[in-house]
Amino acid sequence: MHRGRSRTHRTQSRRSRRRHVVSDILLVGQPNVGKSVLFSRLTGVRTIASNYPGTTVGYATGKMMFAKDTYDLVDAPGTYSLEPLDDAARVAVDLIDDAKRIINVVDATHLERHLTLTMELLAQGKPMVVALNMGDEARHKGIEIDVKKLARRLGVPVISTVARTGEGVKRLILATLALDVEEELAYGNEAGHPGHHPHIARHHGRSQAKGHKHLAEDKVWCRVGKIVDEVQILHHHHHTFGEWLEDVSVHPIWGGLFAILVLALSFILIRMIGEFLIGGGIGIIGEPWVKVPFGTEALFDVAWKPVMMKLSGLLGEGTFLHNLLIGQLIGGEIDFMQSFGILTSGLFIPLGAVLPYIVSFYFVLSILEDTGYLPRLAVFLDNIMHRIGLHGYAIIPTLLGLGCNVPGIMATRILETRRQRFITATLISIAVPCAALQAMIIGLVGDRGVWPVMLVYGILFAVWILIGLILRFTSRGFRPELLIEIPPYRLPSWKALGSKLWMRTVGFLKEALPVVLGAVLVVNLLYQFNVFSYLAKTTAPVVSFLWGLPEDAIVPLLVGMLRKDVAIGMFAPLSLTTKQLVVGSVVLSMFFPCMATLVILFRELKWKDALKSIGIMLLAVIIVGAAINFLWP
Amino acid sequence: MKSWKGCLQMNEKSLLDLSVGEEGEIVDLQGGRGFRARLRALGLAEGQIVRKISRVGWGGPIVVLINRAQIAIGRGMARKIIVRTNHGFKG
Repeated sequence: MHRGRSRTHRTQSRRSRRRHVVSDILLVGQPNVGKSVLFSRLTGVRTIASNYPGTTVGYATGKMMFAKDTYDLVDAPGTYSLEPLDDAARVAVDLIDDAKRIINVVDATHLERHLTLTMELLAQGKPMVVALNMGDEARHKGIEIDVKKLARRLGVPVISTVARTGEGVKRLILATLALDVEEELAYGNEAGHPGHHPHIARHHGRSQAKGHKHLAEDKVWCRVGKIVDEVQILHHHHHTFGEWLEDVSVHPIWGGLFAILVLALSFILIRMIGEFLIGGGIGIIGEPWVKVPFGTEALFDVAWKPVMMKLSGLLGEGTFLHNLLIGQLIGGEIDFMQSFGILTSGLFIPLGAVLPYIVSFYFVLSILEDTGYLPRLAVFLDNIMHRIGLHGYAIIPTLLGLGCNVPGIMATRILETRRQRFITATLISIAVPCAALQAMIIGLVGDRGVWPVMLVYGILFAVWILIGLILRFTSRGFRPELLIEIPPYRLPSWKALGSKLWMRTVGFLKEALPVVLGAVLVVNLLYQFNVFSYLAKTTAPVVSFLWGLPEDAIVPLLVGMLRKDVAIGMFAPLSLTTKQLVVGSVVLSMFFPCMATLVILFRELKWKDALKSIGIMLLAVIIVGAAINFLWP
Repeated sequence: MKSWKGCLQMNEKSLLDLSVGEEGEIVDLQGGRGFRARLRALGLAEGQIVRKISRVGWGGPIVVLINRAQIAIGRGMARKIIVRTNHGFKG
């Protein structure tokens, strides 16, 4: 009862800050019905679509050109009902107010469940079309739906679509544009003024006092049941391989083994592709089995090094401009990891060392996302996640955080409570290294052997668990349990996968290149003017005494607040011992999140929780750094 | 039509106690309105037939099949979903 009240309150305060996004066409539907895919089809705007509920946490806007006219399209986040129980539903309800027409996207394979939302939408009195999506999957599963009859029973046009292939999309556009927008007025007066959304009555009494219109829940269920009975025919079909695999991967024993196998394969694949793209080596751990002349390293050595050597000769070693652009020569040669000029390390770190791992990580992640494996992983990690005060679904933001902390922290919105979001986001920002950072850890620490890399990962994982355990017992709030729909397995569409990979790679380049180049420039300038020596003296008690690092290590740690990959690259010229390199990598991973992550952390958690999160980070990094330093003989 | 209901041995238990592979009809969702709304949104409503297909160890969730969809449910929630099972004729 108490929880219910506070929720209502939050709804009202959100309402006062409600967004006004006027749309000509609004896509509404339950999670994971393919709204984002359809949206991409209609607008040409690339969106991140995956096979698990909650991929779209905000809403996307785009424009559709059709017959010389332009229409504003909005893709609402997936919601099960219009009752504003969670953020997604609240956003959807706001968007409906400002929409001229609605396309209700419905999953043809689970008609009975999706039509309840359709009933609620119909009651809003907006011109609407129903897109009966996943028609191919329904046919495959032996489900036949009488589309004409369904349209008659609902009183709105129903178009059968397959968003993935584009089947029926043109008919959907025509039907949507044929809607009479003026109709809204006549309807609208009847349905009440905007802001009052009829939804299935689940909160009798209280919300009725606020003037909401309600649909009696039982009646809706009965109507939906009757309609489905009339329009849907189930044919017998044989168990497919996919369905067999679906059963196996949630089996108590085989499913657990399957999860371990999938995770192990993913890590091996990421490493194999990454190393191949960098050095042309094919292998898993240690020395590659086969090496071909291929990869970014070779490209930089063959094509870029001669140019840079020539420039170095022109500028003259030791001159101001040489130090800025080329950096230091190592044994008379340019070393792309150590020289640290803008045109040498500044270009090599993002393009030569990190980009290959970004591509390989997101390739593997996209396969996991699009096949629909991630929710199954959530099922098997649920018990472990419970030990740290979360539930299994928190693994999805965490995995995204392994690519880049920014989308990871944004994806914490799929979790139900503020407490879960706080714990997950804090853990991501402290103990989950992004792909760029990992690429550099593997490149730099990996030179000292496999075990130091394992040690860095092991320590970060232990930190993740430990902070999680502490937060579980110290932060207050309700701890919800896992309740998720597990989507069917789907073969990823290679085109969609490629487009997603492209978006994420371009996103990385746009984000990383300017910051890395800028950071190298500023750091080189500051070095030239000897600004760091004073700073190094003041921070020495922590950096040198507690962590056992050279005083100069404060510079990479500070640069880490801009970007972590370039920061860890700055360890290279410091000639650290293996122990110092491990301490440095762990401390740098945990120490202040990079600028982009910090901004998102404050935006998603609000300043109070974000400050708390920063406090935990500072405490943890000092203790962990010192612990490794003093425990390591 | 004559009903067999009286002659059948029916048993009510929670979804948690249902054994893997067993089927039952949901008869009660024991919780607040918000809880029931969340379950119903996923199709877990009174009168629906569910089949338990998995139970993950060490306090993990259970997985049921309902209307051809797999749903994972935490144990605390599963304890509050009451199903009726049919064990055949009495006697």
